[in-house]
Amino acid sequence: MQQQAQQIIQMREVSKFFGSFQALNSVSIDVQLGERVVVCGPSGSGKSTLIRCINQLEIHDSGSIVIDGTTLDGSKQSLRAIHANVGMVFQQFNLFPHLTVLENLTLGPVRSGQQSKSQAQELAMNYLERVRIPEQANKYPAQLSGGQQQRVAIARSLCMEPKIMLFDEPTSALDPEMINEVLDVMVELAESGMTMVCVTHEMGFARRVADKMVFMDFGAIVEMSDTAKFFEAPESERCQEFLQQILPH
Amino acid sequence: MLRASLLLLVLLVLTGCSGDWGWYVVDPTTKKGMTNLRFLISGLYYTVLLSVTAIVISIVLGLLVALPGLSKNRFLRGFNRVYVELVRAVPILVMILWVYYGMPQLLNITITVFWAGVIALALSDSAFEAEIFRAGIQSIDKGQYEASHTVALNYVDTMRFIILPQAIRRILPALGNQLVYMLKMSSLVSVIGMQELTRKANELVVTEYRPLEIYTVLLLEYLVLILIVSAGVRWLERRLQTTDRST
Repeated sequence: MQQQAQQIIQMREVSKFFGSFQALNSVSIDVQLGERVVVCGPSGSGKSTLIRCINQLEIHDSGSIVIDGTTLDGSKQSLRAIHANVGMVFQQFNLFPHLTVLENLTLGPVRSGQQSKSQAQELAMNYLERVRIPEQANKYPAQLSGGQQQRVAIARSLCMEPKIMLFDEPTSALDPEMINEVLDVMVELAESGMTMVCVTHEMGFARRVADKMVFMDFGAIVEMSDTAKFFEAPESERCQEFLQQILPH
Repeated sequence: MLRASLLLLVLLVLTGCSGDWGWYVVDPTTKKGMTNLRFLISGLYYTVLLSVTAIVISIVLGLLVALPGLSKNRFLRGFNRVYVELVRAVPILVMILWVYYGMPQLLNITITVFWAGVIALALSDSAFEAEIFRAGIQSIDKGQYEASHTVALNYVDTMRFIILPQAIRRILPALGNQLVYMLKMSSLVSVIGMQELTRKANELVVTEYRPLEIYTVLLLEYLVLILIVSAGVRWLERRLQTTDRST
């Protein structure tokens, strides 16, 4: 274990507006290298916006975000910092439907000049084995189940060899029987030491892997604490209510 | 379809044996008829060459006009609107006349009939191609751009590898339509003397004075040509569908 924790994500008083609607209200959060953070909260509370700001799918209106020492300001350098550090998995998978699984995995690494085609293919097959679907390499996304598609999406992100993985409700679009195969892969990823920021309602998963829990409401962080404390003794009333509503009875 | 049109031809020939038809002008069993028929069909080369050249240019031009229309920048979007509205408002025949007789004077150049026809047809069509591309690109889910961003693709690569291949599959029927339209509109280039199908027919009518038979052959020439193109586009659609089993 590293003695001195390295801060890989630093958000300071970040705000984001959609028109007159404030999606993020002065949010500050730090993530250490190797840390696993789970973000939860009611829908519309700004969870997705928070992680989408980290890779600049949404551009924040004020405050600062620093990724691995680079301030995100829309410059080419900050774009490079995002591409080199941050992978993302979406609720709707967003695989490229006209490309095979293998092509989905290799296009980014090859076009960004990171790897040669054969290197990229070898790496892609490694990651497909890690998400347990190497036999699907030459199929098209539509020929796979939802759970398999999401595992391909995870492998696609990993092929870029990021230091941080962002997950935006990765199991919310899945049929119940497919949720576990995706969560298993995510647990393995967490155990391998990947820095992860996950927006999810899977509280069993959160308890198992999260170092830090974040509860958001109305665009602000209401509660942020380590996992054990979060589940056993949440401080705010809103967080207690939320947990009561979503935890199994 | 092809069989039906051949049947129609045979029927017309048979009816021509009685009544006022004078099929002798294009009767392939006689030497003169065969020469006339060859003369009519010889226009096919320029009709196809003109249409294909024009459609290729207009697709490229249409794409280049469509992309600014999808920009967040309002000046780029404004350029797209102005281009589409202006070009779309010019009748094709007027465009042909202007490009052939007007433009050389304006730019102090000489232009061949062929290139005047290509430019006029390509310009006219590009406004429509631009709108087709814009609609096709806009139909692609936002998530595809976001996923491209997360795997470090730049704008050009995102368009080239992710957005356009999917958009083109969706707009293929519309692009096929435009090619058919182009083949038909190429007949207008006959007015500036382009030696294509319609011009050949006109010239033969003047010497033979059998407009009914000659224009009927002309009509069938376009019919067969366009049926072949339609079949080709449908074949391409099917082929692309089997490599893309997305829903």
